Parts: sequence; structure tokens; C-alpha cells
Amino acid sequence: MKWRRLWAITTKELRQLRRDRVSLGMIVGIPVIQLVLFGYAINTNVRDIAAGIADQANTSASRALVMDMLATDVVAPAASANTPQQLMEMIQRGQIGVGIVIPPDFEQRRHDGRPVAQVLVDGSDTAVQAVAAQLAQVPVDGAAPDPRAPARSTPPEGAISVVSFYNPERRSAVNVVPGLIGVILTMTMVMFTGIAIVREHERGNMEMLIATPLTSAELMIGKVLPYIGIGLLQVSVILALGRWLFAVPVRGGLLDVYVAAGLLIVANLALGLLISTRARSQFQAMQMTMFVFLPSILLSGFLFPFAGMPKVAQWLAEVLPLTHFIRLIRGVMLRGAGLAQQWTEVAALAGFTFVMMAVAIRRFRKRLD
Amino acid sequence: MSARPPSGVDTAIRARGLGKHFGGLVAVDRVDLTVPAGQVYGFLGPNGSGKSTTIRMLCGLLLPSAGEIEVLGLEVPRQAEALRSRVGYMTQKFSLFDDLSVRENLEFVAAIQGVAQAETAARVDELLARYRFEDRERQLAGTLSGGWKQRLGLACAVIHRPELLFLDEPTSAVDPESRRDFWEKLFELADAGTTIMVSTHLMDEAERCHRLAILDRGRLVADGTPAQLAGALAGRTLLVETATPRRVLEALVGVAGLLSVVQIGSNLRVLTGDGADPRRALRDIEAALGETGLAADVTEVASNLEDVFVAATRNGSRPPERAP
Repeated sequence: MKWRRLWAITTKELRQLRRDRVSLGMIVGIPVIQLVLFGYAINTNVRDIAAGIADQANTSASRALVMDMLATDVVAPAASANTPQQLMEMIQRGQIGVGIVIPPDFEQRRHDGRPVAQVLVDGSDTAVQAVAAQLAQVPVDGAAPDPRAPARSTPPEGAISVVSFYNPERRSAVNVVPGLIGVILTMTMVMFTGIAIVREHERGNMEMLIATPLTSAELMIGKVLPYIGIGLLQVSVILALGRWLFAVPVRGGLLDVYVAAGLLIVANLALGLLISTRARSQFQAMQMTMFVFLPSILLSGFLFPFAGMPKVAQWLAEVLPLTHFIRLIRGVMLRGAGLAQQWTEVAALAGFTFVMMAVAIRRFRKRLD
Repeated sequence: MSARPPSGVDTAIRARGLGKHFGGLVAVDRVDLTVPAGQVYGFLGPNGSGKSTTIRMLCGLLLPSAGEIEVLGLEVPRQAEALRSRVGYMTQKFSLFDDLSVRENLEFVAAIQGVAQAETAARVDELLARYRFEDRERQLAGTLSGGWKQRLGLACAVIHRPELLFLDEPTSAVDPESRRDFWEKLFELADAGTTIMVSTHLMDEAERCHRLAILDRGRLVADGTPAQLAGALAGRTLLVETATPRRVLEALVGVAGLLSVVQIGSNLRVLTGDGADPRRALRDIEAALGETGLAADVTEVASNLEDVFVAATRNGSRPPERAP
């Protein structure tokens, strides 16, 4: 390995990138667009669902309960009704998402310890269903604990307060943004390098390059070096925007965030290189990138909880670098954990990189056949 | 240009029984080549005759299916890596970076070819001056015209002062002026001791080579100096001067022993077949013309490379003719 040749490849790549306006735009554009889309649009925490209220008891305690429910902000009063049947019709029409029913014998039920209220839910929307669970946990009388107090492991029935660790405001951006760093890096890094070598083939540069003393390792490593810098730049953009737009905290060390991101970047670059030794055209390289990208998004725990997935999907997910990164980065950014505490994830990413890089360098032949 | 003289070998390339097939397609078939050091060696053949495939095998970029190759005393493909820094290779398609400037391309190739860092700036300046790029060194390579691109390709291919230079149809898409200029540069390099192997399908270029091999459908069909190859056809080329060339052409279609009849301006150029008696062909032509009553004047003229090319490539299944 000659540093001069390695450096020549790296600077050449940077110069070409500087003149490639589309790629340059993508470097900053993809993080910004994705962050705004995922941060604002994909909001798993629903607010202001239209609610219909049928308070058949109409006592001071029942009115207080309704006010408590509305105070959660997840529902907003949209209609009032006299009977549960009217509420069900409203749900069927789509006028309201949630109906709150307080029966006439509310005081008696409260006294007996029977259920005091009923929440009718539009089950066609899973997000609303989750909301219902929240409403059902609103304390029934003033004796209930303060909802801002730390969680209790087994709260008494009927007086359950909703407490969320690490994201008490239940803002989904806080959960989404750290994972989004991984999603954006997976998309851009695999794609950039996946194309990098295929492009040289398509433009005819490769035949000239392999007729020189350049080694496979110099070519491969020289080509990915610039993208490590670019990936870290993207991380900075996401962190800055995440803080500015969504007040996403970094509770662990900032250096740990960058090291974790660096690990994912090299893992993805190595995977991209492997793709580019396989793909015959830039289009094929894009297809193969999607082949990796979709399972990464779906199985890594970014969109759906890892624990809820079937075993086979979990095994598959363990192979994907994004899965390990998402655990790592949520640990660092939200729980304030250090990298050493999560060394298995670090090792998994490093191991993935090593294997992919070795296979890519071995697969690359300085020949045309 | 101060290229080193070839290091003690007077045969730059020696190939024996060289063959390459891609699946069922035979691209190169039992080719024997000997390229003397310090010469401009031409590789003439129609498109698809196996020129590029042969050059790529000689460079070690393709694995031969059969045969042995020795280039600059090294066994290819086994010692191909050791060969890389001693040869230059200019591909048929422009293979430099469109989005780098002229100077950046030269600097890049200098670095990966192992030109010492301290020498690079001087060497790049020297080539910029020699190939007259002074006004264009900041221009992006992709915006250069065809002739300039080829010149840049050549400058990059020789930046590390190779002993042997492979050029694959370097001027096929270039105007005549740029071509002449390009060939001037090739002879400069040859004068400085560089062996040059250049493939072409252009007769005027082939004519300028010291020595020539003609390839047809993957087989070597002729090999020698242009004069030897043309001399071997002595007596077989006839010129038919007539006022009615199209009608004479039609009249000659049925005459036996003619390999080709082509119209050149108002004349016809006739090449008699190998093994056919040229004098008898001459009489047959006159007889055919006499029957139709067309007036024409038939004389024997000196053969040129085009005749050689036609003679060599129209007889697919014959063993190669070889000049001494």
C-alpha cells in the first residue's frame, strides 16, 4: 500500500464530487429532507384526536374526570352526546375518533370500585387505539399520584398515571432523530460507494486504472475515505437540525455519537464497495442498495419495535448494521450510555465492516474478465 | 522525451499460440507475434477482428485461453503486476476523468503510476508544454475536442516513461490534421527508444508503421513491413481506365480469378485472386470487355496496403502469408 497512490485516489474523488452538483446537493439535501419528513410527518404520538363525550352522570367528580382526560391533549372535545349509541354513530361516520362514556351510576361505581367510565375507540386507526390506552389510565379522583412523578412499577388499578421514561412529553422526534442518523447514513453511504466503482467501469476509467500499478486495496480504501468525512458532515447536519427544530437532546458524549456514526459509516461503505464489485451498471447498484435499505428500515427497530418482530426477522435484523447502530445511538443520545457499556454493538459493527471490506477487496480483480 | 532504452531486450513482445474465447465465441485464434523493440508496430484489422482483445491480453488485463506471452522479458499474465509500471496503455475509449482538468488528470496519473513526488510538477509541466496544453491546463477534460482528448490520453499514457506503449485505435475518431499531429508524437517517442504497438483500421496509419500485422476474425493473416507485404502482391493489382466505370464493373462480375473490383474515381482497381495467373486474368478481363463492346485500358500497377488488406482478409481459411 502506497500512501501517495491512496491519497491520489482520495483527492481525485473529492475533486470529482466538488464538480458533481447533484451528488453535492444530495449530501446535504437528503438529511434535511428526511429529517423534516420524519420529524414532522411521521408522528407516532397522536394529539388532538376529535372526541365525543357522553357524561350521563354529570356530577362534579365526573366533570373533573372529563377535564382530566382533555388535559392530556391527546383528545380535543368535538361533540357531546346523551347516549353511547350516539357516540358509536359518530365514530362510524368518522366524526370523532374517540368517545368517552360516563354512565349515570358513576358515583355508585366509584364507590364500589367498578369501572367508572368507558372509552370507545375507532379501531381502524392503530394510532387512536394507542391513545385510548392512555386515556384509560387517567386517574379517577384527586387522590391519584401526580402524573409527573417517577414511574411506579405496578400502579393500582383504575388510578394509573402515564409516565414515559426519557421522553416524558412523548414527542416522537426524540425517538426518531437518533435512528434517522442511521437511516440517512445507510441510504447515502451505501449508494455513493455502490455507484463509485461501477461508474468508473461505465465511463471507461477502470481499464486505465487497472493497467497501472494501483493495488485493489489502494483503490478501494482511497475511494471510501472521502465519504467518511462526508458521512460525518451529514451527522452534524442532522444533530444540528434535530436540536434546532425538535430539541432532540444528546445526553451521552458527543464524541461517542461521532464514533458510533463513524462505525456505521465504514460498515455501509464496505457494503457499498461489495455491491459495486458485483453490479454491472449504476442502475443495478441502485437496485442492490434498495435491497439492503428496505429491510434495514423495516427490521432495524427504527420504525417497528424490535421485540415485536418474529424470531426469523430478528435474526435477519441482527445481520444488518443499522440494527446495531440504532441500539447504540439511542443508548448514547437518549439514555446517556457510553460506548463501552454497549461494546457488543460496537463489535458487531466493526466485525461487519471487516468482513465486507475483505470480501470486496478479494472480489475485485485487476482484470477485465 | 528521454525514455529509457529498452532494458536489454531486443524483442519487446513475443506471443505464441495466443488464443481467447468468450464462451463459444473465438475472439483470438492461435496468434503468433514478435514485436521488435524500438519500433512502431501496427496492428491492422477490421472491427471485431480481435485487435483489442489481443492488446488486453498482452497487457495482462484479460486472461488468455491458450498460448504464451512474454512482454519485456516478463511472463504474462503471471508477472503482469511487475510489468504495469514499465508499459503505458491508451484505451480505445477515452479513459481519463471528464470532470478533472487537464493538469489534474496528469497529476493523478503521475501519482498512481509512481512518478516521484518531487519530479511530478516538472514532468507535468514538461508534458503540458510538449503536447501544447499550456492554454488549456485548467480546462476540464470532458470539454476537450476529440483530437485534444487523444493527445491528453497519450500524455497520460507516457507520463511514467514506459518502455512499451500500447495504443488501441487511438485516432479512429479524430480529424486528419489531429491524426497527423498525433503520429508525429508517436515517432518522437519511438525515436527516444519507446516500442509502440498501435492498432488501427486506417490504411494511411498502417502505412506509417515500421512493421505490421494484419488480423482477421481473430487470426493473424499477414505480418511484415508495409513494403514487404505490398511487394508480395506484385503483379496482382490491375488498373482499368474507362469512361464508363459502372458498366465495366458490371461486365467484370462474372470474370473468374478476380478477388475484388473497386471503383476509385473514374477508374477501377482490380485485385486478382491468390493462385490465379494475373496475365490470364488480364486476358479474361479484356475478353469480357470485348464481348460487351466497352472501351477500357487495363494496366498493371504497384500494389498498396489496401490491396494487401483485401487480399489478406478475403481469404479467411488460408494459412497466413508471412514475409521474411
